[in-house]
Order: sequence, then structure tokens, then C-alpha cells
Amino acid sequence: MKKWECVVCGFIYDEEEGLPEEGIEPGTKWEDVPEDWVCPDCGVGKEDFEMIEI
Amino acid sequence: MNPIVVIGSGLAGFNTVKEFRKLDKETPVVVLTADDGRNYSKPMLSTGFTKEKSADDLAMASPEQVAEQFNVTVRTGVHVAGIDTDRRRVLLPDDHLDYSALVLALGADTWTPPLDGDAVGEVFSVNDLMDYGRFRQALEGNKSVTILGGGLIGCEFANDLSNGGFQVSLVEPLGRCLPMLLPEAASAAVGRGLESLGVTFHFGPLAKAVHHNRNGQGLVTELSDGTHLESDVVLSAIGLRPRIDLAKDAGLRTNRGILTDRTLRTSAPDVYALGDCAEVEGHVLPYVLPLMAGARALAKTLAGEATPVSYGVMPVTIKTPACPVVVCPPPEELEGEWDVQADGNDVQALFRDQEGALRGYALTGEAVKEKLKLNKELPALMP
Ligand SMILES: Cc1cc2nc3c(=O)[nH]c(=O)nc-3n(C[C@H](O)[C@H](O)[C@H](O)COP(=O)(O)OP(=O)(O)OC[C@H]3O[C@@H](n4cnc5c(N)ncnc54)[C@H](O)[C@@H]3O)c2cc1C
Ligand SMILES: [Zn+2]
Repeated sequence: MKKWECVVCGFIYDEEEGLPEEGIEPGTKWEDVPEDWVCPDCGVGKEDFEMIEI
Repeated sequence: MNPIVVIGSGLAGFNTVKEFRKLDKETPVVVLTADDGRNYSKPMLSTGFTKEKSADDLAMASPEQVAEQFNVTVRTGVHVAGIDTDRRRVLLPDDHLDYSALVLALGADTWTPPLDGDAVGEVFSVNDLMDYGRFRQALEGNKSVTILGGGLIGCEFANDLSNGGFQVSLVEPLGRCLPMLLPEAASAAVGRGLESLGVTFHFGPLAKAVHHNRNGQGLVTELSDGTHLESDVVLSAIGLRPRIDLAKDAGLRTNRGILTDRTLRTSAPDVYALGDCAEVEGHVLPYVLPLMAGARALAKTLAGEATPVSYGVMPVTIKTPACPVVVCPPPEELEGEWDVQADGNDVQALFRDQEGALRGYALTGEAVKEKLKLNKELPALMP
């Protein structure tokens, strides 16, 4: 499981946790997050996220 | 055909270009910017120490890379001096450029009240990547910072500079953290969070003057209650004002910001405005979420399909990890009451109108997890 960080605002998408309130189940891989999904904090698209090592 | 001209290379300008190029690969686009044209994300300027990022690290692309990536021309270090809306022309210091459509993505200026003292010229504000580079340089080898202003930017810097090992003093005349955004219990939680990092607060007084310390080392900030705060560096984070002068001088309608309708059209033909400089149907929202909604709608409009912008719920996340905050401020002048539940630094404050409907919230600590659930209950800001 990986984490992805929004390069614009710093929001972190954690594959392990998903975003259940937005209908993205825990364990959802980044590539399976819908293409039209946008960052909940700043509204940029998936292309503005990068993988981070924690 | 004359190009589409975009003034400004911040998130509003560059995201408009990016979204437009998804729809139209051909129409020439020229971006004019007073700064160095590097593509960076402004919110990252207040987490630089926590993430250990220098100004160069934060630059995601050079202007040449942006130009190539989006097939646009980027002219840096150009201060647009005027707009001739009759001729559809922007006036440059020793040149001019005709446009088919003009996008004003001018941002906001930092504002500091007049201060006395022989070191006023050394007070920093950090409002773009170049400012940030100079600020980082000034901090090198130093230990302490006085921050003027306890709003979003002041509190974020207080947290970040503390994480970077600096001793931070923060001056806020309105008496608490984030006074314009949060109800008192939530402000108190943020204050305790920052205090736990070692931040000291001076709530109540105004900064009056900044002097050089007589012993030749560092600066002294003089407050209206007579306190003298010594520090190596002073950072002003007091206020931001939409940049409206260029538009105003060109005869465009302005108020707090450059006035636009829902398609981001100003009062002049084929001139649009978005981001921190714009007032969209009465809304001045200097944050990224509304600006991205604007960029997507404007891209469509510029590509030929007039598209109004809609604003959903617009929460603001404040990057103070010592006490995380999410706030969705209630509409100004709406009558209602805050219902506050506090458990230590976990505060859930819900603003309900006289009919009992949820119209805003402020969450701190663990309570920020309630955000998405509450968003569903809130009405959209501009559906
Ligand atoms: C420290 C900090 C932290 C922040 N954190 C967050 C956050 O976490 N979340 C959030 O949503 N928002 C945050 N914000 C606010 C957010 O960054 C801004 O809303 C957004 O970046 C504004 O972008 P903009 O493109 O409208 O303006 P700017 O980025 O200011 O761009 C304005 C551009 O216009 C150019 N320009 C202006 N006048 C002229 C002229 N006459 N001629 C030529 N060029 C001109 C400038 O050179 C610049 O390129 C933060 C702001 C700061 C300062
Ligand atoms: Zn984001």
C-alpha cells in the first residue's frame, strides 16, 4: 500500500485508508481511484499527485 | 489571430492555461508575469521547514518547461502597465500586445499597516516563491522570528518555523488565533497547539515599530502596550488585498476585487478575471479550491463554450499540524449561532441559522475527521 501527496496543497491519499466518505473503499490502489477524482482540499486533479515514501 | 493573453503565473494563471490546453491545442496563448515565472504551489510556502524544501525544491517547473509543456509563450519579469480595452491591447513598459481574450490572474498584495522604525525595510512578507527564497536566506544561521498577524498565513508559519527549530513570537491584536475564521473555542485549541511547540503569543497589542537592536544584533519590534520583542527576523502576515489597480485604471468595475459575473467575465468585453484578484458574484475567496473551479470553467469559456462557474462547499484546511483545522465559514452577515462541543483540543463548532440549518463549521484536532460528513449537509455556496 502506498501514499500519494497532492503537490499543490499537501493532502495525502493513503491507499490503506481510502476515502470511505467519498465512496473510495479502504485498500483502493491509486490507479483505481476514478480519473475525474479531484483533491478534496484544493480541487486539483490526479495528475498533480506524487507518490511519497513514509 | 491575436493570442489569448494571461496576466499572472500563479496557480490561477497556470491552471487556466493547463485546463485550456486540454480543450484547445492550437490557439496561441501568451502568459505575462511580473515574477520569474517558475511554476510553484503557493500553499507549500508555509510548510517549507516541515518538509525541508528550499525555494528551488518548491519550483516544479521553469518557465521554459511550462512553455514547452503547454505550448504557450511565457514572458517573465514583465510588469503590465495598462490595458486599453477599446483596442484590446495590454500596455507593457516599452511595448504592447494585442489580445483576442485577456485573463487577469493578478493575485493579491500583502498589506502591512504603516510601521515606524529604522528597520521597517527589513520586515519580510512571503507571498511568492521569490519572497520565500529571500526569507529562507535571511533565516540562515538565525534562531528567532516575530510574526505579525495570527491569521491563516501567520499561524501556518508559526507552526512551520517552530518545526524548523525557530523560537517564534506571534502578535495578534484581535486577541486570539485565526480570529476572522474561527469561533473562540476553536481559536483557543489552535493557540494551545502552537504553544505546545513553544510559540509565545502577544494577544491584544498592535505592532508599532521595528528597530535595529542597539547592540547591533537583530531587530526589536515595539508593540502598542510597550512590549519590546527581540528577534532575528520579523515576518508580516497581516493581510492580503486583491490586486485591482490595473483593472480599475483601465475602467473595469471593481469593488473588493475585480468584479465578474459567473462566467468570470469582467465589465470589459473579452476580459476575464479569476483567483485572488477576482470578486465573483460577490465572492472573494482567496483559496485554491475556488480558483480551480474557476480555471476549469474559464478554460471551457475560452474554448468557445460559455460556462458559468459553480462553487460547492468551500472548506479551508489550515496547515497547523500541532492542531489541525478545517473551517467552512458561514456566509457573512448571516444570523445564527455557533454550537460548540469541545474535548481538549478537539473542537466541533457548528454554525446553524435561525431555521436550524447547518451553514458553516469549524473543526480542530480529531474533529477534522467530521469534515466530509458535514460537507454533505451544507448547501453549496454558489450552485
Ligand atoms: C503562505 C500561504 C499559504 C497558503 N495556503 C493555502 C492553502 O493551504 N490552501 C488554499 O486553498 N490556499 C492557500 N493559500 C492561498 C492560495 O495560495 C492563493 O489563493 C493562490 O495561490 C492565489 O493564486 P493566484 O494565481 O490568484 O495569485 P498569485 O499566485 O499571487 O499570482 C499572481 C500573479 O500575477 C502576477 N502579476 C500581478 N500583477 C501583475 C502585473 N501588473 N503585470 C504582470 N504580472 C502581474 C504576479 O507576478 C503573479 O505571477 C495560501 C497563501 C499563502 C501566501
Ligand atoms: Zn490538494
